[in-house]
Amino acid sequence: MAESATYKVIGTRPIRHDGVDKVTGRAIYGADVQMAGLLHGKVLRSPHAHARIRSIDVSRALALPGVKAVVTSADLPPAEDRTIQLGEGGVNLKYLSHNILAGDKVLYKGHPIAAVAATSPHLAEEALALIQVEYEVLPPVLDVREAMQDDAPLLHDNLKTTSLGQDTDKQSNIATHTQFKVGDVEKGFAKADIVIEREFTTATVHQGYIEPHNATAMWNPDGQLTIWESTQGAFTVQRQLAPVLGIPVAQIRVIPAEIGGGFGGKINLYLEPIAAVLSKKTGHPVKVLMNRAEVFESTGPTPGSYIRVKMGATKDGRLIAAQAYMAYEAGGYPGSPIGAGMMCIFTPYDIPNVLIDGFDVVVNKPKTAPYRAPGATNAAFAAETVVDELGEKLGLDPLQFRLRNAAKEGMRRPDGPTHPRIGYLETVQAALNSDHYRTPLEGPNVGRGVASGYWFNVGLQSSVSINVNADGSVTLVEGSTDIGGTRASIAMQAAEVLGLKAEEVRPIVADTAGVGYNDVTGGSRTTFASGYAAIEAAHDVLRQMTERAARIWKIEPQDVSFGDGVFRNAKEPDQRLTFKDVAAQLGRTGGPLTGRATVAPRGVGGAFATHIVDLQVDPETGKVTILRYTAVQDVGKAIHPSYVEGQMQGGAVQGIGWALNEEYFYTDKGVMANASFLDYRMPTSLDLPMIDTILVEVPNPGHPFGVRGVGEVPIVPPVAAIANAIYRAVGVRMCHSPMSPGLVMTEILAKG
Amino acid sequence: MPTKVHVQMRLNGEEVDFLCEPRQSVLEVLRDVLGLTGSKEGCNNGNCGACSVILDGVLVNSCCVLGVETSGREVTTIEGIASPDGLHPLQQKFLEHAALQCGICTPGFIVAAKALLDKNPHPTEHQVRYWLAGNLCRCTGYDKIIRAVLDAAQTTEAKA
Amino acid sequence: MQAFDYTAARSVDEAVSLLAQHGEQARPLAGGTDIIVAVREGRRQVAMLVDIKGIPEVNQLSYDAAQGLTIGAAVPCYRIYEHEAIAAAYPGLIDAVSLVGGTAIQGRASVGGNLCNASPAADTTPALIAHRAICVIAGPSGRREIPVEQFCTGPGRTALQHGELLVALRMPSPPPHFGAQYLRFIPRNEMDIAVVGVGASVVLNQDHSSFVSGRVALGAVAPTPLLVDTAAAALAGKPVSDETIQQAAEAAQAAARPIDDMRGTAQYRRHLVGVLTRRALRGAIQRAKER
Repeated sequence: MAESATYKVIGTRPIRHDGVDKVTGRAIYGADVQMAGLLHGKVLRSPHAHARIRSIDVSRALALPGVKAVVTSADLPPAEDRTIQLGEGGVNLKYLSHNILAGDKVLYKGHPIAAVAATSPHLAEEALALIQVEYEVLPPVLDVREAMQDDAPLLHDNLKTTSLGQDTDKQSNIATHTQFKVGDVEKGFAKADIVIEREFTTATVHQGYIEPHNATAMWNPDGQLTIWESTQGAFTVQRQLAPVLGIPVAQIRVIPAEIGGGFGGKINLYLEPIAAVLSKKTGHPVKVLMNRAEVFESTGPTPGSYIRVKMGATKDGRLIAAQAYMAYEAGGYPGSPIGAGMMCIFTPYDIPNVLIDGFDVVVNKPKTAPYRAPGATNAAFAAETVVDELGEKLGLDPLQFRLRNAAKEGMRRPDGPTHPRIGYLETVQAALNSDHYRTPLEGPNVGRGVASGYWFNVGLQSSVSINVNADGSVTLVEGSTDIGGTRASIAMQAAEVLGLKAEEVRPIVADTAGVGYNDVTGGSRTTFASGYAAIEAAHDVLRQMTERAARIWKIEPQDVSFGDGVFRNAKEPDQRLTFKDVAAQLGRTGGPLTGRATVAPRGVGGAFATHIVDLQVDPETGKVTILRYTAVQDVGKAIHPSYVEGQMQGGAVQGIGWALNEEYFYTDKGVMANASFLDYRMPTSLDLPMIDTILVEVPNPGHPFGVRGVGEVPIVPPVAAIANAIYRAVGVRMCHSPMSPGLVMTEILAKG
Repeated sequence: MPTKVHVQMRLNGEEVDFLCEPRQSVLEVLRDVLGLTGSKEGCNNGNCGACSVILDGVLVNSCCVLGVETSGREVTTIEGIASPDGLHPLQQKFLEHAALQCGICTPGFIVAAKALLDKNPHPTEHQVRYWLAGNLCRCTGYDKIIRAVLDAAQTTEAKA
Repeated sequence: MQAFDYTAARSVDEAVSLLAQHGEQARPLAGGTDIIVAVREGRRQVAMLVDIKGIPEVNQLSYDAAQGLTIGAAVPCYRIYEHEAIAAAYPGLIDAVSLVGGTAIQGRASVGGNLCNASPAADTTPALIAHRAICVIAGPSGRREIPVEQFCTGPGRTALQHGELLVALRMPSPPPHFGAQYLRFIPRNEMDIAVVGVGASVVLNQDHSSFVSGRVALGAVAPTPLLVDTAAAALAGKPVSDETIQQAAEAAQAAARPIDDMRGTAQYRRHLVGVLTRRALRGAIQRAKER
């Protein structure tokens, strides 16, 4: 695999193939779908954070003119208590079904209870007010540590803790207790010259995609169900829908529209089964949309958490022991990303003694869903702050401290696997050498902070087929919905192999009936795995094209070579055919030509990032202003550098929002008080400087072009980097996120 | 059946008329009545700018204007930004700078940026950031968007 | 959203007559950025919206050095800050109108509507108070005027009686050596509701060594925007100095009655009142010196 290869297409910045539609407003997103006879659905949601449902009376709603159907969980088949695999993890069908339409209990404010289909969205909304529900309100549990107490109200009648892999009989809100162990931390701490232990809490945070959830369903009388929606994975929707609705996968076709952001939040089912059963009952297509408040209250934010980190180092600056206690709020049903958080918390470092205890805990908040490197940002906030404090007390520059302890190829992660070729060291080195780090920071109340982060990335499954057109262009059929420019990055990889220009490859995102199986666009896998499939499919095209050239020249295929877009007759060097020449003759050399590949690549490369932030704190208000930000990341090989930069910038800014202002405010009744973009405060353009990026390329040997997933790790370091910068600016160590102005001010005043 | 009002207005340079209930916003009229789905709903309360349109030359959130209020007025949406001759420089620069990832906020940003350049053809970076503070983007971190707008301002055709 | 009727009034009298006829079920519609959202979210019930944007008198925006400034109740914020003469004469008001909600909101939202919405945290109200604005009100029994600091009577409640309509706001022309500034604290840099807002104005003496008078108005720290008389008393006749400014700031802090809510704790807000009062007074003093 060529580390210093020169590429014709890889590394360039062509205009993305779907770009014109997106800048002219022509691109069809899920909510834009229109069809004849469309009805509009709306969902009735629990006003209570924790309650039993005593009765539901829908008769008055049904009587409203214009209302065509009402559904509840009674319209779904009884849910089975078993787990299905979705690729990135398992999901319990009973929890999934009850999260879609509540059974006998509601577990968070916003929990869906019933839904209505009517001739207009306004009528549907009016009908909701006519549905009468009798509740027995129960006390809510709203904090992870409270939920773990023995006397906490229990959310589930039959949830028993699985502890260290063993089922127990202990009824609890603690779903699982997992542990990773390396060496002996007691002995390690005993040998340490300096030990620091700190506690951290983080508030619930939402992915914040600008497009709310949507689903349109048509359940035909012949039993065929078609879904149009914005989703990160059409096949994943299909695989969840089949058991939830009790129909075969073969009867379900999911047609993905363009998607307005996901970040992990548009993978689980929410509206699709509701739209489907409403369609079945009415005989019409039904479109169901969420509004912004529903997105906040009823989809899947990322967990609030409590994390305790203890780390020890010897005076030569070497980490010797690290321990973490991590409790994550899963929301109403088990399944927080505690495992992923545990896999990432200490992974940038080579530490001989590690003990990590992780707890997945249910609370009366919406069931969490993945949010970009799920679980890792909370973990890095804790660990990278302690690393910063350790380094400072040892008198070391924070980047030098990281260099001294950096994980390298061949070392084991705390959760077991060995690191393949990784680029962590290189990111720290690049940060040290950056213009940003070398520029002195001057002024009152300013500080510079650094932090690192890790995300393992996934591979999973992808399928691509490539059809050769008569004019020498190709159509590339893939199944990864394009959230951030992956049509381009996948097409470019095929173009490179085929010797074509990027514009000569026309990528389309097909639905579940039009392409082979593809796992979600997520997990930082798309450019890696769907790109891998595109490369293999392109090689399949070349194999077949080689045979056609051989047929044209009446020679054996092994005597045909291909390079620089040209087929050559090895025996007669004057004889050449371009790709276009062969394409023009497909009809008479054997017929249409399609190359294909289905892959489940194993050589996933993990991603490391190191971020530098300069900020200023107003010592009278506690408000933080970001002055300068540089995101350094090992990207393997940047196929389309602009979109790689975009992932780094976008993730960094989500992290900045997480650090400074984003949180769910809960009343003591468990109601989110700020379910709106007014008070759920995401960064605006006025809150930020330009975000500089440094792309370090340590190619991943597991991919033909060296690709590493890049999408998730950028959100991992920012919260810690900002906490470390605040410390250097005003001398206070923040241990809660977000570090909102009121909290910073409280710490400044306490410090005196 | 709720009573509908007959409204006549000028949309992207053409006379149009439609029926709508008083409670339907301009955003709903555009998307559900007129079939122009380029303007998007992100929040429906004036906090994200995904629904940005230009009303009588002024940038507004179409979720905060009623359809009936457009009677006799002139509305420009994302669908009216390009011309038969091609993309507006803003659209071209957004593509060149990769200033969109998921693209859902892009129509709102382009309309808002056009309103800015119509008023202030050579804004500073700060002025661009200030003007666009009401347009939320969750994917890009704004860096490439700001660069695209500043670059488009350099292009003389931006005055058109 | 609930269904409602829409009608456009062509005169103040017609608007008053419609409002009187339908009472609380009819609301005037100017920019709509508050009321449309409030109705959509179920926070207000209306049977009718009376569009007043077609009434010439409520769209009037006029300034001259003798008469002062008249802002019709429906005039959107952007017209105010785009008006060169007004922007030059009333920078302390421009501070506020250019902060309301973002550019697209400012394209519709009016100062009159911001005032009538009567949020304790409204940005324009402290600035209006600092400028001694008067509310011109029309009703079934005729017209009346009240100082703007008396207009809001509680969160979401105003002094408007049955059938009354806010027609305009009037402010005197700034006297010599007058300066004003509105500052607010928000966690981001735009788009947020004020955690604390302070509108301050001063009139200095000839050589700028002392205050002739001053006004300090607070937003978001009481059920209504507050005019702090004790702060004015702390300034009148005193030398322009850090001590005087501090006394006014402490008076403002003592007058504030903030609550804990998701936008800030009472303690934090009271702290910010002190900080922003000092800063706004300094800004007002600077502008007074530059006039």
